[in-house]
Amino acid sequence: MPRLITTPNIGRADAFYERLIDVQDSLSEEESQSYNARLILILANHIGELGVLEQALEAAQLKRP
Amino acid sequence: MLQDRYSLAFKLYPYARSADQDKPKAARHPVIVMGAGPIGLATALDLGRQGVPVLVLDDHEGIGKGSRAICFSKRTLEIADRYGCGSAMLDKGVVWSVGKVFHDDRQVFEFNLLPEDGHRNPAFINLQQPYFERFLFEQIQTEIAKGAPIEIRGRNRVETVTPNADRVALTVQTPEGSYQLEADWLIGCDGANSPLRGMMGLDFEGRVFKDSFLIADIRMLADYPTERWFWFEPHFKSGASALMHRQPDDIWRIDFQIGWDADRKEELKEDNIRKRLDAMLGDDVEYELVWSSIYTFQCKRMEKFRHGRVIFAGDSAHQVSPFGARGANSGMQDVDNLGWKLGLVVQGKAPESLLDSYSEERVYGAEENIRNSTRSTDFITPKSKNSYCFRNAVLDLSERFEFARPFVNSGRLSVPCTYDGLSLNGSDAVTGPARSRVGSACPDAPVAGGYLLDMLGTEFVLLGLGMDVPKRQEIDGIIVKGITLDINDPSLELLRARYLGTAPQAVYLIRPDQHVAARWTTYDDNDVASALARACGKEELCLA
Repeated sequence: MPRLITTPNIGRADAFYERLIDVQDSLSEEESQSYNARLILILANHIGELGVLEQALEAAQLKRP
Repeated sequence: MLQDRYSLAFKLYPYARSADQDKPKAARHPVIVMGAGPIGLATALDLGRQGVPVLVLDDHEGIGKGSRAICFSKRTLEIADRYGCGSAMLDKGVVWSVGKVFHDDRQVFEFNLLPEDGHRNPAFINLQQPYFERFLFEQIQTEIAKGAPIEIRGRNRVETVTPNADRVALTVQTPEGSYQLEADWLIGCDGANSPLRGMMGLDFEGRVFKDSFLIADIRMLADYPTERWFWFEPHFKSGASALMHRQPDDIWRIDFQIGWDADRKEELKEDNIRKRLDAMLGDDVEYELVWSSIYTFQCKRMEKFRHGRVIFAGDSAHQVSPFGARGANSGMQDVDNLGWKLGLVVQGKAPESLLDSYSEERVYGAEENIRNSTRSTDFITPKSKNSYCFRNAVLDLSERFEFARPFVNSGRLSVPCTYDGLSLNGSDAVTGPARSRVGSACPDAPVAGGYLLDMLGTEFVLLGLGMDVPKRQEIDGIIVKGITLDINDPSLELLRARYLGTAPQAVYLIRPDQHVAARWTTYDDNDVASALARACGKEELCLA
């Protein structure tokens, strides 16, 4: 099964993070929540692999092993 | 003493004194069915057609008013065809296959249930439940005229039930006092609030959903297409969601989600219903309100459906939300599953333990229905602010992006359950199509002059595809009918695709409920005998 990538994988990390924050800063709290939900669904569809998505759902919980 | 709980659409079996009421001792019946709703009537029909005497007791004298269940699936029609009343339902019903989903005033999604070619029946029909029940009842009368041992007693209310190891004792209340009965088997088809379940103190576990829905069935002459239309947060503000669906006789089912705290009495006033309808349809549309009701729903099931000599079927055993049409349709699959098994047991041709497989298979089916129904309900009535946020994210994306549309869930419509990996299944030795794998309900296909499912009938069948099978054999008391088809016949192209795929030949053993029991690449007496024994809940048989 494909593994969730947990090592750096975006070539220009700072540039992406800046874009992300710019969008968030332009939104109200409620708009941001809706935007983030849409973003998650778009990214999830791009990944596609249910096994990887499950690892991501788990990883985001920051549980200690 | 015997108060009506509802008024009748059709009075069909008025109270008449039975000879059993004058007997000094309780009369003994092989099978008593409690409740003459759709599931009770279908059970009586299935058993009666096999020659198994069956007595149905109902505390009313006919079919209750109100459309109630309206969507009947292809599998239900196939089962009804087996009983002889499928075409009457199809003729009266409204055939549909397209559904549209709207958010606010925008269409976000459209589906087509894709009626493939080569099936006798469509994916779905809409038909008011009273009609569905009446067609079953009329078929019972036809079967009685042909000698089927079926009896229905109106205004006979079961008041006490005492299960014993070898029988069930009942006290039955009538307008002329009570009397005693005994049954070898008691089948509880007495609905979601099952008094029988209560009398036996049995569990019914699951989730209650905190929302309520207003049904308004209206008669109107309108040229809306025959499609299922569903709105999330409709622009006309008549509810948090709304549904519109056509039924026969120019009746339309309108359904509004009105919230958990709705005042039932207020909401059911005609003026208030009309306010919601007018907002949806426009002020100038004329219609007549023919039935209204408010419902809440639950997803629940009994832990097991067989309790000794008492067996539960339909809503008494499991309950789902209406989204997905998985209530009456799953009840019909219960009957389909139970009928032949109980028939064999009553006739002494199979051990009583076969009935445990009814519970195993139909609990599996109920779980599938509850899972699907719960997912739909969580989408339609999100239970938290967070889940509401994602629900609307899906709807907003769906309008623009195709990828989001499969998430839109206004009900996943009933399809027949495949009994994967369960006890009665025999070997699956054909690398054939997955849709006809062991455990599945046989897909229909055209055959010379008709359809495969009609040819299968109601007995065990050996289907030889490019492989000769014996025409008719009796194996340990069980009749097995053989059908050999020449797979080179060009008219069998769809049958080849559905049963062979890339396999050159195959032999299927098919149960009386038209589910696949086993399949092989060649015919072998021993293989068939052992799969048949397994499908009938018997020990392994060895042919010498």
